[in-house]
Amino acid sequence: MVEADEVLDTSGLSCPMPVLKAKKAMDSLAPGKVLKLIATDRGSRNDIPAWAKNNGYELLESGEENGKFIFYIKKPE
Amino acid sequence: MAEEKKKKKMCIIVSKGTLDAAYPPLILASTAASMDWEVHLFFTFYGLDIINKKKYKNLKVAPIANPAMPMPVPNIIGMLPGMTAMATMMMKRMMKKGNVPSVEELINMCKEMGVKFYGCQMTMDVMGISEDDLLPVIDACLGAAGYLDIASDADVNLFI
Repeated sequence: MVEADEVLDTSGLSCPMPVLKAKKAMDSLAPGKVLKLIATDRGSRNDIPAWAKNNGYELLESGEENGKFIFYIKKPE
Repeated sequence: MAEEKKKKKMCIIVSKGTLDAAYPPLILASTAASMDWEVHLFFTFYGLDIINKKKYKNLKVAPIANPAMPMPVPNIIGMLPGMTAMATMMMKRMMKKGNVPSVEELINMCKEMGVKFYGCQMTMDVMGISEDDLLPVIDACLGAAGYLDIASDADVNLFI
């Protein structure tokens, strides 16, 4: 089970807002810390992994909970 | 380290000034910037309206000769006064309902994340637009050679 240091809920927001908000959250996160991102935008299932890869972030885990998409994203050390 | 790699780069020529055409370049630019890409937007012809102080809040979508509207309007009705305003209102309402940010919000987010904005000097001269008519987001006004120089080593080049 992955532990999150910060949680960002983007429920209800459409593309491109989830990644824009996630970027801000990651910028303020210390290296090595983990962000839990919650999204309802269905595009985020593909968008978040692509976004994380481009930023050099590690996608530790992703899944679906109660119709919401959950991602655990780690900022590199 | 990932940081030491050369950043990916995207350049977009923004040539259209309708409400629907304003979204794709701004969404792609803000998203690419959030992926740590270097992004350059080159506004030319009607695309300049998107960053025109007097016009950017009033971009419109016309139903006439536009068979792709969510509610198709016959051209003979689309030509009536007020139909463009109505179609624009409908689209703005749709975007708001979908929680899509406004054009203004997207411009601000792009700027905040370091997206570069350029005006096409030739079209500005031809259409009588000065740099003062444009939002202060503009980094420079360029011609074709200036744009090509920036775009020559981009990973993604788009014309919208």
